[in-house]
Amino acid sequence: MCVYAIIFYLIAAVMILATIMAITRKNIVHSVLYLVVSFLCSALIFYILGAPFLAAFEVIVYAGAIMVLFLFIVMMLKIKVPAVQKLPFQQYLMALFICGIYFLACILLMHFSAPLLKEPMQAASASPAFFGKYLFEHHWMAVELASLLLLIALIGAQQLGAGMYRQSNHGGGK
Amino acid sequence: MIVPYTHVLLLSAVLFLCGIVCMITRYNLMMVLIGLEIMLNAAAIAFVGAGLHWLQMEGQVMAIFILAVAASEVSVGLALIVRIYHQTGSIDTTNID
Repeated sequence: MCVYAIIFYLIAAVMILATIMAITRKNIVHSVLYLVVSFLCSALIFYILGAPFLAAFEVIVYAGAIMVLFLFIVMMLKIKVPAVQKLPFQQYLMALFICGIYFLACILLMHFSAPLLKEPMQAASASPAFFGKYLFEHHWMAVELASLLLLIALIGAQQLGAGMYRQSNHGGGK
Repeated sequence: MIVPYTHVLLLSAVLFLCGIVCMITRYNLMMVLIGLEIMLNAAAIAFVGAGLHWLQMEGQVMAIFILAVAASEVSVGLALIVRIYHQTGSIDTTNID
């Protein structure tokens, strides 16, 4: 086992722990902070798996921008921590059942996958310059579509926000 | 030599499961969005691992589009949450008519 594998398992353990902490916290701010740790670990895993550009992107966009957006919204809304709300027992049973099926499928996949998949992968890395060249040479249409999607999301969010204030002004005038 | 691809897949599967559990067991709309983020991130990890395993760039390309989709989805989702908060006074999924 080489040093890369040890680092990978360490980061994976930290990441799973941080994610489990994030999804069980009552306070959303704590949850978002644990999620930042999880996304930083994810960036490290991208780096180990040979995608340094994606690692930087993950830190900047996910851990930087999206999580800050979450924190802004948490601070904007006065969220009352609700009284203990638990799923009904029957629904928990159903959820456990579905999770069991899912995990069974994962284990079967691990066990019966082609022997090629079980060999350790060779370390390789794609430089950001090569990645960018490949992206714009072979997938320029998808890049355009992604930019269009971002524009549509921007307009949609703006419309949702504007509609809210129009409505509240209207209601206040009455 | 790094780990086998199956271990990367298993990590991504566990993360995806965490995301699903967060989405279906929490009543807070914010936590539902966080669960969605975790699931998208798990998918991106699986794609990057596959890209390394077959030494193709397509995995990384797909991961970057997942990031773009996640960013746009979060912006619209948070705008919806703010709007729901203004209309119902809470972000509980049980209060939404």
